[in-house]
Amino acid sequence: MKYLVSLLAGSLLGALAFLLALYYNPFAAQPTISPLSVTQDRVINLSYSAVASDGILYTDNGESIIATHPDRVADLWELAIIDTRVFVTMLRGARGEVAGIGFKISSDSESTSLLQAEAEANSVWHVYLPGKGTFLIDQSENYWTYIHDIVIPARWSSGDNWKGSFHSIMTSGPGALGIARVTGGSGEFAGQSTEAVESLTARAYSALQGPVSMNGSLAIIAPAASANSEQ
Amino acid sequence: MSFFYRVIPLFRIFVIGIFLGLLGAGALIYFAPAVDLHRQTSLISVQPNGGNAETFRINLPSDRILVGLPGVDNTIPSGMSWPSEEEFGSFQAEMFKIRDRNDVVIGVASRLASAAEGQESFIEWTLHLPARGTMYVQMDLDPSIDGYRNGVLLTGTRDFESLSGSVKEQFVADVENDDYDTQGRIELMTALVSPLEELTGGVE
Repeated sequence: MKYLVSLLAGSLLGALAFLLALYYNPFAAQPTISPLSVTQDRVINLSYSAVASDGILYTDNGESIIATHPDRVADLWELAIIDTRVFVTMLRGARGEVAGIGFKISSDSESTSLLQAEAEANSVWHVYLPGKGTFLIDQSENYWTYIHDIVIPARWSSGDNWKGSFHSIMTSGPGALGIARVTGGSGEFAGQSTEAVESLTARAYSALQGPVSMNGSLAIIAPAASANSEQ
Repeated sequence: MSFFYRVIPLFRIFVIGIFLGLLGAGALIYFAPAVDLHRQTSLISVQPNGGNAETFRINLPSDRILVGLPGVDNTIPSGMSWPSEEEFGSFQAEMFKIRDRNDVVIGVASRLASAAEGQESFIEWTLHLPARGTMYVQMDLDPSIDGYRNGVLLTGTRDFESLSGSVKEQFVADVENDDYDTQGRIELMTALVSPLEELTGGVE
Protein backbone atom coordinates (compact mmCIF):
# COMPACT_ATOMS: atom_id res chain seq x y z
CA MET A 1 0.00 0.00 0.00
CA LYS A 2 2.77 2.44 0.95
CA TYR A 3 4.47 1.78 -2.43
CA LEU A 4 1.24 2.63 -4.27
CA VAL A 5 0.85 5.83 -2.25
CA SER A 6 4.47 6.71 -3.00
CA LEU A 7 3.95 6.05 -6.73
CA LEU A 8 0.79 8.17 -6.81
CA ALA A 9 2.42 11.02 -4.88
CA GLY A 10 5.38 10.93 -7.28
CA SER A 11 3.07 10.88 -10.31
CA LEU A 12 1.12 13.89 -9.04
CA LEU A 13 4.33 15.77 -8.39
CA GLY A 14 5.61 14.84 -11.86
CA ALA A 15 2.38 16.00 -13.53
CA LEU A 16 2.48 19.24 -11.51
CA ALA A 17 6.12 19.80 -12.47
CA PHE A 18 5.20 19.29 -16.13
CA LEU A 19 2.38 21.82 -15.94
CA LEU A 20 4.64 24.34 -14.19
CA ALA A 21 7.32 23.84 -16.86
CA LEU A 22 4.64 24.42 -19.50
CA TYR A 23 3.40 27.59 -17.81
CA TYR A 24 6.83 29.06 -17.11
CA ASN A 25 8.29 27.99 -20.47
CA PRO A 26 10.84 30.75 -21.22
CA PHE A 27 10.70 30.03 -24.95
CA ALA A 28 6.96 30.77 -25.20
CA ALA A 29 7.13 34.56 -25.51
CA GLN A 30 5.31 36.15 -28.45
CA PRO A 31 6.65 39.14 -30.36
CA THR A 32 5.63 42.59 -29.15
CA ILE A 33 6.96 44.41 -32.22
CA SER A 34 5.04 44.14 -35.47
CA PRO A 35 6.89 42.50 -38.37
CA LEU A 36 5.49 45.38 -40.46
CA SER A 37 7.37 47.98 -38.40
CA VAL A 38 10.36 47.66 -40.71
CA THR A 39 8.41 47.86 -43.97
CA GLN A 40 9.06 50.68 -46.42
CA ASP A 41 5.44 50.57 -47.61
CA ARG A 42 2.73 52.88 -46.32
CA VAL A 43 0.82 51.29 -43.46
CA ILE A 44 -2.84 51.92 -42.62
CA ASN A 45 -3.35 51.79 -38.85
CA LEU A 46 -6.83 51.02 -37.57
CA SER A 47 -7.70 50.74 -33.91
CA TYR A 48 -10.75 49.56 -31.99
CA SER A 49 -11.87 48.91 -28.44
CA ALA A 50 -11.67 45.19 -27.70
CA VAL A 51 -14.21 45.52 -24.89
CA ALA A 52 -17.35 43.73 -26.09
CA SER A 53 -19.80 46.34 -24.79
CA ASP A 54 -17.91 49.13 -26.61
CA GLY A 55 -18.47 47.42 -29.94
CA ILE A 56 -21.55 47.37 -32.13
CA LEU A 57 -22.19 43.67 -31.58
CA TYR A 58 -20.55 40.73 -29.83
CA THR A 59 -21.86 37.20 -29.63
CA ASP A 60 -20.60 33.72 -28.83
CA ASN A 61 -22.16 30.52 -27.48
CA GLY A 62 -23.64 32.46 -24.58
CA GLU A 63 -21.68 30.58 -21.93
CA SER A 64 -18.45 32.55 -21.82
CA ILE A 65 -17.71 35.17 -19.16
CA ILE A 66 -18.04 37.92 -21.77
CA ALA A 67 -21.62 39.13 -21.97
CA THR A 68 -23.09 39.21 -25.47
CA HIS A 69 -23.95 42.68 -26.74
CA PRO A 70 -26.60 43.93 -27.28
CA ASP A 71 -28.68 41.80 -24.94
CA ARG A 72 -30.97 40.31 -27.56
CA VAL A 73 -28.37 39.16 -30.05
CA ALA A 74 -28.60 35.51 -31.16
CA ASP A 75 -26.23 33.08 -29.42
CA LEU A 76 -24.03 30.80 -31.52
CA TRP A 77 -25.06 27.64 -29.67
CA GLU A 78 -25.19 25.17 -32.56
CA LEU A 79 -22.53 22.43 -32.42
CA ALA A 80 -20.64 23.51 -35.53
CA ILE A 81 -20.29 27.12 -34.37
CA ILE A 82 -20.15 26.65 -30.59
CA ASP A 83 -16.45 27.67 -30.55
CA THR A 84 -17.04 30.70 -32.80
CA ARG A 85 -17.24 34.36 -31.85
CA VAL A 86 -18.57 37.35 -33.82
CA PHE A 87 -17.44 40.90 -33.06
CA VAL A 88 -18.56 43.98 -34.99
CA THR A 89 -16.87 47.27 -34.21
CA MET A 90 -16.08 50.73 -35.49
CA LEU A 91 -12.50 51.09 -36.71
CA ARG A 92 -10.70 54.35 -36.01
CA GLY A 93 -7.79 55.99 -37.76
CA ALA A 94 -4.57 57.31 -36.29
CA ARG A 95 -6.25 60.53 -35.04
CA GLY A 96 -9.23 58.73 -33.53
CA GLU A 97 -11.54 59.56 -36.43
CA VAL A 98 -14.05 56.98 -37.69
CA ALA A 99 -12.32 55.13 -40.50
CA GLY A 100 -14.64 52.22 -41.10
CA ILE A 101 -16.38 49.20 -39.73
CA GLY A 102 -15.01 45.72 -39.13
CA PHE A 103 -16.74 42.34 -38.82
CA LYS A 104 -14.55 39.80 -37.07
CA ILE A 105 -15.44 36.11 -37.05
CA SER A 106 -13.08 33.84 -35.15
CA SER A 107 -13.07 30.18 -34.16
CA ASP A 108 -10.84 28.05 -31.97
CA SER A 109 -8.29 26.25 -34.11
CA GLU A 110 -7.48 22.56 -34.10
CA SER A 111 -3.83 23.46 -34.60
CA THR A 112 -3.76 24.55 -30.94
CA SER A 113 -0.75 22.90 -29.28
CA LEU A 114 -0.21 23.61 -25.61
CA LEU A 115 3.19 21.87 -25.76
CA GLN A 116 4.32 24.52 -28.25
CA ALA A 117 2.63 27.38 -26.38
CA GLU A 118 0.08 27.82 -29.14
CA ALA A 119 -3.54 28.62 -28.25
CA GLU A 120 -4.63 29.24 -31.81
CA ALA A 121 -7.73 30.78 -33.35
CA ASN A 122 -8.63 31.12 -37.02
CA SER A 123 -10.13 34.50 -37.69
CA VAL A 124 -11.25 36.73 -40.52
CA TRP A 125 -11.95 40.45 -40.59
CA HIS A 126 -14.42 41.65 -43.25
CA VAL A 127 -13.70 45.37 -43.37
CA TYR A 128 -15.37 48.35 -45.05
CA LEU A 129 -13.53 51.67 -45.12
CA PRO A 130 -15.75 54.41 -46.65
CA GLY A 131 -13.96 56.06 -49.53
CA LYS A 132 -11.37 53.30 -49.70
CA GLY A 133 -13.22 50.05 -50.20
CA THR A 134 -13.53 46.59 -48.74
CA PHE A 135 -11.14 43.78 -47.98
CA LEU A 136 -10.78 40.54 -46.06
CA ILE A 137 -8.03 39.82 -43.55
CA ASP A 138 -7.49 36.15 -42.85
CA GLN A 139 -5.17 35.11 -40.09
CA SER A 140 -4.36 32.65 -37.38
CA GLU A 141 -3.95 34.18 -33.93
CA ASN A 142 -2.04 32.88 -30.93
CA TYR A 143 -3.72 33.66 -27.59
CA TRP A 144 -1.10 31.87 -25.44
CA THR A 145 0.55 35.03 -24.11
CA TYR A 146 -2.86 36.65 -23.57
CA ILE A 147 -4.02 33.67 -21.48
CA HIS A 148 -0.66 33.37 -19.70
CA ASP A 149 -0.19 37.05 -18.88
CA ILE A 150 -3.78 38.19 -18.31
CA VAL A 151 -6.44 35.50 -17.99
CA ILE A 152 -4.67 33.14 -15.56
CA PRO A 153 -3.28 35.93 -13.30
CA ALA A 154 -6.81 37.42 -13.18
CA ARG A 155 -8.22 34.08 -12.05
CA TRP A 156 -5.49 33.66 -9.43
CA SER A 157 -6.05 37.16 -8.13
CA SER A 158 -8.16 37.38 -4.96
CA GLY A 159 -10.05 40.24 -6.58
CA ASP A 160 -10.71 38.23 -9.77
CA ASN A 161 -9.08 40.88 -11.89
CA TRP A 162 -5.84 41.85 -13.56
CA LYS A 163 -4.38 45.33 -13.99
CA GLY A 164 -1.14 46.08 -15.71
CA SER A 165 0.39 46.75 -19.08
CA PHE A 166 0.13 44.16 -21.83
CA HIS A 167 0.97 44.43 -25.49
CA SER A 168 1.34 41.54 -27.88
CA ILE A 169 1.17 40.73 -31.56
CA MET A 170 -1.73 38.30 -31.90
CA THR A 171 -1.29 37.38 -35.56
CA SER A 172 0.73 34.19 -36.01
CA GLY A 173 0.09 33.40 -39.67
CA PRO A 174 -0.58 32.22 -42.28
CA GLY A 175 2.24 34.27 -43.81
CA ALA A 176 5.90 33.93 -43.02
CA LEU A 177 7.00 35.90 -39.92
CA GLY A 178 3.45 35.66 -38.58
CA ILE A 179 1.70 38.01 -40.98
CA ALA A 180 -1.97 37.95 -41.97
CA ARG A 181 -3.11 37.85 -45.60
CA VAL A 182 -5.25 40.68 -46.99
CA THR A 183 -7.42 40.18 -50.08
CA GLY A 184 -8.97 43.26 -51.63
CA GLY A 185 -12.63 43.34 -52.59
CA SER A 186 -13.64 46.75 -53.88
CA GLY A 187 -12.44 50.34 -54.22
CA GLU A 188 -8.71 50.92 -53.83
CA PHE A 189 -8.30 47.38 -52.57
CA ALA A 190 -9.94 45.72 -55.60
CA GLY A 191 -7.68 43.05 -57.05
CA GLN A 192 -4.92 43.79 -54.55
CA SER A 193 -3.28 41.48 -52.04
CA THR A 194 -1.35 42.87 -49.11
CA GLU A 195 -0.43 41.94 -45.56
CA ALA A 196 -1.57 42.87 -42.07
CA VAL A 197 -0.84 42.32 -38.39
CA GLU A 198 -3.23 42.52 -35.43
CA SER A 199 -2.10 43.40 -31.92
CA LEU A 200 -3.76 43.80 -28.52
CA THR A 201 -2.97 46.29 -25.78
CA ALA A 202 -4.59 45.72 -22.40
CA ARG A 203 -4.67 47.54 -19.08
CA ALA A 204 -7.46 45.80 -17.13
CA TYR A 205 -9.22 42.45 -17.27
CA SER A 206 -11.86 40.89 -15.05
CA ALA A 207 -12.08 37.13 -14.55
CA LEU A 208 -15.84 37.62 -14.20
CA GLN A 209 -16.56 39.93 -17.17
CA GLY A 210 -13.62 39.61 -19.55
CA PRO A 211 -11.74 42.61 -20.99
CA VAL A 212 -12.31 45.88 -19.09
CA SER A 213 -9.72 48.12 -20.76
CA MET A 214 -8.34 46.68 -23.95
CA ASN A 215 -7.63 48.02 -27.42
CA GLY A 216 -6.91 46.21 -30.64
CA SER A 217 -4.98 47.46 -33.60
CA LEU A 218 -4.80 46.42 -37.24
CA ALA A 219 -1.74 47.46 -39.23
CA ILE A 220 -2.37 46.94 -42.94
CA ILE A 221 0.05 47.58 -45.77
CA ALA A 222 -1.72 49.99 -48.12
CA PRO A 223 -2.52 48.57 -51.56
CA ALA A 224 -0.20 49.69 -54.35
CA ALA A 225 -2.81 51.90 -56.02
CA SER A 226 -3.52 53.73 -52.77
CA ALA A 227 0.15 54.17 -51.89
CA ASN A 228 0.96 55.55 -55.37
CA SER A 229 -1.91 58.03 -55.31
CA GLU A 230 -0.63 59.61 -52.11
CA GLN A 231 2.96 60.02 -53.23
CA MET B 1 20.49 1.11 8.84
CA SER B 2 17.17 -0.69 8.73
CA PHE B 3 15.49 2.75 8.26
CA PHE B 4 17.37 3.30 4.96
CA TYR B 5 16.52 -0.20 3.80
CA ARG B 6 12.88 0.70 4.33
CA VAL B 7 13.00 4.23 2.85
CA ILE B 8 15.21 3.80 -0.23
CA PRO B 9 12.80 1.50 -2.10
CA LEU B 10 9.97 3.89 -1.27
CA PHE B 11 12.04 6.80 -2.57
CA ARG B 12 12.82 4.89 -5.77
CA ILE B 13 9.13 4.25 -6.34
CA PHE B 14 8.47 7.95 -5.66
CA VAL B 15 11.08 8.99 -8.27
CA ILE B 16 9.65 6.51 -10.76
CA GLY B 17 6.25 8.07 -10.03
CA ILE B 18 7.63 11.53 -10.84
CA PHE B 19 8.86 10.32 -14.22
CA LEU B 20 5.56 8.57 -14.88
CA GLY B 21 3.72 11.79 -13.97
CA LEU B 22 5.89 13.82 -16.31
CA LEU B 23 5.43 11.33 -19.14
CA GLY B 24 1.72 10.90 -18.49
CA ALA B 25 1.01 14.64 -18.44
CA GLY B 26 3.10 15.11 -21.59
CA ALA B 27 1.35 12.24 -23.39
CA LEU B 28 -2.08 13.49 -22.33
CA ILE B 29 -1.43 17.03 -23.59
CA TYR B 30 0.19 15.74 -26.79
CA PHE B 31 -2.46 13.19 -27.74
CA ALA B 32 -5.68 14.68 -26.32
CA PRO B 33 -6.82 17.45 -28.68
CA ALA B 34 -7.22 20.80 -26.92
CA VAL B 35 -9.72 21.83 -29.60
CA ASP B 36 -11.95 19.29 -31.32
CA LEU B 37 -14.33 21.07 -33.67
CA HIS B 38 -17.62 19.46 -34.63
CA ARG B 39 -17.59 18.34 -38.26
CA GLN B 40 -20.85 18.07 -40.13
CA THR B 41 -20.58 15.81 -43.16
CA SER B 42 -20.11 18.06 -46.21
CA LEU B 43 -22.97 17.65 -48.69
CA ILE B 44 -20.95 18.09 -51.87
CA SER B 45 -21.75 16.80 -55.33
CA VAL B 46 -18.83 16.20 -57.68
CA GLN B 47 -19.09 17.74 -61.13
CA PRO B 48 -17.90 16.22 -64.44
CA ASN B 49 -14.98 18.66 -64.58
CA GLY B 50 -13.69 17.47 -61.20
CA GLY B 51 -15.10 20.45 -59.35
CA ASN B 52 -17.62 20.33 -56.59
CA ALA B 53 -20.99 21.94 -56.04
CA GLU B 54 -22.48 22.74 -52.66
CA THR B 55 -25.58 24.61 -51.53
CA PHE B 56 -25.73 26.72 -48.38
CA ARG B 57 -29.01 27.98 -46.94
CA ILE B 58 -30.08 30.82 -44.70
CA ASN B 59 -33.56 30.67 -43.22
CA LEU B 60 -35.17 34.06 -42.76
CA PRO B 61 -35.70 35.57 -40.33
CA SER B 62 -34.47 32.97 -37.81
CA ASP B 63 -30.84 32.83 -38.98
CA ARG B 64 -30.25 36.58 -38.84
CA ILE B 65 -27.60 37.68 -36.36
CA LEU B 66 -27.32 41.31 -37.47
CA VAL B 67 -29.06 43.66 -39.86
CA GLY B 68 -27.71 47.20 -40.11
CA LEU B 69 -29.34 49.54 -42.62
CA PRO B 70 -28.74 53.25 -43.22
CA GLY B 71 -31.26 55.59 -41.65
CA VAL B 72 -33.39 52.80 -40.24
CA ASP B 73 -34.02 52.54 -36.52
CA ASN B 74 -35.27 48.95 -36.38
CA THR B 75 -31.93 47.22 -36.59
CA ILE B 76 -31.46 43.58 -35.65
CA PRO B 77 -30.81 42.86 -32.84
CA SER B 78 -32.88 45.59 -31.28
CA GLY B 79 -30.88 48.04 -29.23
CA MET B 80 -27.84 47.86 -31.49
CA SER B 81 -26.28 51.24 -32.18
CA TRP B 82 -25.67 51.20 -35.93
CA PRO B 83 -23.29 53.93 -37.20
CA SER B 84 -25.09 56.98 -38.54
CA GLU B 85 -22.04 58.82 -39.91
CA GLU B 86 -22.63 60.41 -43.29
CA GLU B 87 -19.64 58.71 -44.91
CA PHE B 88 -21.29 55.31 -44.57
CA GLY B 89 -23.91 56.44 -47.10
CA SER B 90 -25.99 53.52 -48.34
CA PHE B 91 -23.78 50.89 -46.70
CA GLN B 92 -25.71 47.96 -45.28
CA ALA B 93 -24.57 44.85 -43.49
CA GLU B 94 -26.12 41.56 -42.54
CA MET B 95 -24.76 38.59 -40.61
CA PHE B 96 -26.33 35.15 -40.62
CA LYS B 97 -25.94 31.60 -39.45
CA ILE B 98 -25.52 29.42 -42.53
CA ARG B 99 -26.88 25.91 -43.00
CA ASP B 100 -26.11 22.99 -45.26
CA ARG B 101 -28.66 21.38 -47.62
CA ASN B 102 -30.11 19.44 -44.67
CA ASP B 103 -30.79 22.64 -42.73
CA VAL B 104 -28.03 22.00 -40.16
CA VAL B 105 -26.12 25.10 -39.03
CA ILE B 106 -22.49 24.79 -40.17
CA GLY B 107 -21.12 28.33 -40.07
CA VAL B 108 -21.50 32.09 -39.92
CA ALA B 109 -21.61 34.58 -42.80
CA SER B 110 -21.45 38.32 -43.34
CA ARG B 111 -22.97 40.13 -46.32
CA LEU B 112 -21.85 43.70 -46.94
CA ALA B 113 -23.39 45.87 -49.63
CA SER B 114 -23.29 49.44 -50.83
CA ALA B 115 -25.19 50.92 -53.71
CA ALA B 116 -23.25 54.17 -53.90
CA GLU B 117 -22.41 55.38 -57.37
CA GLY B 118 -18.82 55.04 -58.51
CA GLN B 119 -16.16 52.61 -57.44
CA GLU B 120 -17.66 51.85 -54.06
CA SER B 121 -20.67 49.83 -55.14
CA PHE B 122 -20.27 46.27 -54.00
CA ILE B 123 -21.99 43.18 -52.67
CA GLU B 124 -19.75 40.76 -50.80
CA TRP B 125 -20.10 37.61 -48.76
CA THR B 126 -17.76 36.07 -46.22
CA LEU B 127 -18.70 32.47 -45.41
CA HIS B 128 -16.90 31.15 -42.34
CA LEU B 129 -17.16 27.40 -41.70
CA PRO B 130 -15.10 26.79 -38.51
CA ALA B 131 -14.04 23.23 -39.33
CA ARG B 132 -13.29 23.92 -43.01
CA GLY B 133 -12.23 27.50 -43.68
CA THR B 134 -13.54 30.76 -45.08
CA MET B 135 -14.73 31.89 -48.51
CA TYR B 136 -14.62 35.53 -49.61
CA VAL B 137 -17.07 36.10 -52.44
CA GLN B 138 -17.84 39.13 -54.60
CA MET B 139 -21.26 39.27 -56.25
CA ASP B 140 -22.42 41.07 -59.36
CA LEU B 141 -24.35 44.24 -58.60
CA ASP B 142 -27.22 43.35 -60.93
CA PRO B 143 -29.05 40.05 -60.71
CA SER B 144 -29.39 37.95 -63.86
CA ILE B 145 -32.72 37.72 -65.65
CA ASP B 146 -33.37 34.26 -64.20
CA GLY B 147 -33.44 35.68 -60.68
CA TYR B 148 -29.94 34.72 -59.58
CA ARG B 149 -27.11 36.97 -58.61
CA ASN B 150 -23.78 35.61 -59.82
CA GLY B 151 -20.50 35.99 -58.00
CA VAL B 152 -16.93 34.86 -57.93
CA LEU B 153 -14.76 33.40 -55.19
CA LEU B 154 -12.04 36.00 -54.54
CA THR B 155 -10.10 33.91 -52.05
CA GLY B 156 -10.46 31.09 -49.58
CA THR B 157 -8.66 29.83 -46.52
CA ARG B 158 -7.67 26.30 -45.43
CA ASP B 159 -9.96 23.82 -47.30
CA PHE B 160 -10.94 26.54 -49.78
CA GLU B 161 -7.47 28.05 -50.21
CA SER B 162 -6.57 26.54 -53.56
CA LEU B 163 -10.08 26.60 -55.02
CA SER B 164 -11.58 28.97 -57.55
CA GLY B 165 -15.02 29.21 -59.01
CA SER B 166 -18.39 30.85 -58.91
CA VAL B 167 -21.22 31.41 -56.47
CA LYS B 168 -24.93 32.00 -57.13
CA GLU B 169 -27.18 33.82 -54.70
CA GLN B 170 -30.93 33.40 -54.82
CA PHE B 171 -33.78 34.49 -52.58
CA VAL B 172 -36.51 31.87 -52.30
CA ALA B 173 -39.72 33.44 -51.04
CA ASP B 174 -41.93 30.37 -50.71
CA VAL B 175 -40.28 27.76 -48.57
CA GLU B 176 -41.98 24.40 -48.21
CA ASN B 177 -41.17 23.06 -44.78
CA ASP B 178 -42.75 22.56 -41.39
CA ASP B 179 -41.11 25.59 -39.84
CA TYR B 180 -43.86 28.21 -39.85
CA ASP B 181 -41.43 30.88 -38.61
CA THR B 182 -39.47 30.69 -41.86
CA GLN B 183 -40.68 33.36 -44.28
CA GLY B 184 -38.05 32.90 -46.94
CA ARG B 185 -34.61 31.59 -47.64
CA ILE B 186 -31.35 32.73 -49.17
CA GLU B 187 -29.56 30.03 -51.11
CA LEU B 188 -25.89 30.24 -51.99
CA MET B 189 -24.76 27.69 -54.55
CA THR B 190 -21.00 27.30 -54.94
CA ALA B 191 -19.27 25.62 -57.89
CA LEU B 192 -15.59 25.36 -57.06
CA VAL B 193 -12.68 23.61 -58.70
CA SER B 194 -9.09 22.85 -57.72
CA PRO B 195 -6.13 24.07 -59.82
CA LEU B 196 -5.51 21.96 -62.92
CA GLU B 197 -2.25 20.55 -61.47
CA GLU B 198 -4.09 19.11 -58.48
CA LEU B 199 -6.73 17.47 -60.68
CA THR B 200 -4.20 15.93 -63.05
CA GLY B 201 -1.54 15.20 -60.47
CA GLY B 202 0.84 17.50 -62.34
CA VAL B 203 0.38 15.67 -65.66
CA GLU B 204 -1.24 17.69 -68.42
